[in-house]
Amino acid sequence: MDFLDAFLNPEIIATYLRPMVRAVWVTIWISVLVVISGLALGALLAGLRAYQKRWLSWPIVLFADLMRALPPLVLMLILFFGLPSIGIILADWFVLYLILTLVLAAFVEEIFWATMTSLPRGQWEAGAATGLSFLQVLVHVIFPQALRMNIPPLVNRSLTISKMTAYGSVIGVKEIVSVAGSAQAFSGSATPLTMAALAYLIIFFPAMLLSRYIEDRFHYEH
Amino acid sequence: MENLIDAFFNIDIMRQAAPLLLKGAWVTLQLCAVVILLGLFGGLGLALLASSRSALLRLPSFVFIDIFRAVPPLILLILICAGLPFMGIRVPPFAAVCIAFLLNNSAYFAEIFRSGIKAIPKGQMEAARATGLSPAQAQAWVILPQAIRNVLPDLLSNVVEIVKLTSIASVVSLSELLYSANMARAVTYNSSPLVMAAGLYLLLLWPLVRVISRFQRGLSISH
Amino acid sequence: MTAAQPLPTLEITALEKRFGETQVLRSIDLKVRNGELVFVIGPSGSGKSTMLRCCNRLEEPTSGAIHVNGKPMLGIPRRDLDRMRLQVGMVFQGFFLYPHLSALKNVTLAQRKALGRPRAEAEARALEMLDKVGLKHKADAMPSELSGGQQQRVAIARALALDPKVMLFDEPTSALDPELVGSVLKVMRDLRELGMTMIVVSHEMQFAREAADRVVFMDGGVIVEEGPPEEIFGNPKSDRLKAFLSRVSGEAA
Repeated sequence: MDFLDAFLNPEIIATYLRPMVRAVWVTIWISVLVVISGLALGALLAGLRAYQKRWLSWPIVLFADLMRALPPLVLMLILFFGLPSIGIILADWFVLYLILTLVLAAFVEEIFWATMTSLPRGQWEAGAATGLSFLQVLVHVIFPQALRMNIPPLVNRSLTISKMTAYGSVIGVKEIVSVAGSAQAFSGSATPLTMAALAYLIIFFPAMLLSRYIEDRFHYEH
Repeated sequence: MENLIDAFFNIDIMRQAAPLLLKGAWVTLQLCAVVILLGLFGGLGLALLASSRSALLRLPSFVFIDIFRAVPPLILLILICAGLPFMGIRVPPFAAVCIAFLLNNSAYFAEIFRSGIKAIPKGQMEAARATGLSPAQAQAWVILPQAIRNVLPDLLSNVVEIVKLTSIASVVSLSELLYSANMARAVTYNSSPLVMAAGLYLLLLWPLVRVISRFQRGLSISH
Repeated sequence: MTAAQPLPTLEITALEKRFGETQVLRSIDLKVRNGELVFVIGPSGSGKSTMLRCCNRLEEPTSGAIHVNGKPMLGIPRRDLDRMRLQVGMVFQGFFLYPHLSALKNVTLAQRKALGRPRAEAEARALEMLDKVGLKHKADAMPSELSGGQQQRVAIARALALDPKVMLFDEPTSALDPELVGSVLKVMRDLRELGMTMIVVSHEMQFAREAADRVVFMDGGVIVEEGPPEEIFGNPKSDRLKAFLSRVSGEAA
């Protein structure tokens, strides 16, 4: 009784259902944007690195290392609080979107690059021998293989980073955690927090099952 | 340019903030040690259950793993810190972080261990059982050592993820590295302490990230 | 059983095995005397490997009985099964050496954990067995550094070190390059000289001809014919065996 009252109070659920649903949409939209642009940027960086020009590779490796070694939350705070003092003001949601995109791109770049270096030389040579340009080999021969071989890690990484949209609450993005947090403060009940957890379950539990299915189909070849 | 340096790389402010940040870094290190160990053991246990032949053990562990991989650790942490008091249970921040991380990390570690166990050919178990080893002995001496060695790169990258993840403890006012840096930022109206915190995280994690990259390349070439 | 007859080392009685709808083994009866080398031949899918795997319960028989030195393998608690398995050595087609352990450690592991032998004793015994298969000098090598033939001989040493009463060989040379087969067969021949009781499932007909005491021909999950090698190869009775032999010799030619 006490438990239900505190964590699953029907009145409070009814009151906050609308804002919560709106917050769910915000989370989903930002996640989708992050995944699309992160995958694209990561692939682009890996492609640039394939040209093996030192002045290109070096900054890419540095970028990928930094984004993989730094906590995204730290990066977000630096941008959010630091940029205004040099006259740049970014919307809160854009800071969240930007950082998560960069982090995902860094991981995607590493995954793609590892595969590209592991593909047999013959793949590059066969492409070149049939008269394709370097870029054409990259786009039509190398990338499709890299993508197929790496679906499980790409899906897993995308999901992990999508869940990081929750960090938006720290800089005031109106996503699930932040809306639930203020609702909890207003209502004096833990129910909005439970709703938030359930919302994530509804969004990501099917995604987890999907990733498990994908992983079984594209089984690790050890 | 001067503006930029003053806003992000202000040496005076960094010097002032240094003691506070180092104290925070020490808390972060302690936190990492505890939650990584908890996660490893929890994950190993879960993975063994999830690899068991009995569906009665397997199914609940899969549900556990998927639920706690689906819910962001931040919401878990807030639920524990802000939710449990409604039931009259007050949890100190350090313990709350440990509980949230145990739930989340063991799910992730379990997936890694499980995929390692699954990848060991069936013949290994058969050979071990044929020489009279019990199932537990075969698991401990034959399967797990191989499985763990195979997933070492994945374990290492998960460790990096966990270290980064400890920064969310700042949200529940545990005075770890990011919390201390953000305090210093609020007091000095300057972001340099945050940049300094980033530097400390880099110091700790950059070498690991390099090792992981090397690992991935080495592995993929041997495929 | 009369007193005059010594107990068979391995006795299979009315063994049946079904996988779902498919009947893989039907009413198999086989007695293997102490020191006997029984060779099992037959087309693939005839159930010969399954029969072997039932003998130490890597495969769970559907019904029937299996006794080793008069003691039952079926219907016993798991702890007893582990102990009984020590008496039945098994050599696999795929070797299944533990890749993370050296040759020596491969041979000592079960001695120490399952038999509880002290380390020094287990190692001495392991070296003795590695010597027996001609690989004492490779004791510290990792499996990946050994050829297939050497790996299989280490696997044989691993089984022998547990002092089994009977050794089961499940196509021990099928995964080997032709030039490596001889070294494994030599070890098996040596074992026979030393009086080891063995059941061998294999396609090495030449080896069967010269080394087997008895050849068993299986087809469709039953034992069709059995007898001394000169009978089976020289004077096959059933049509199925005749067909099988002509097919095999056709392949060999």
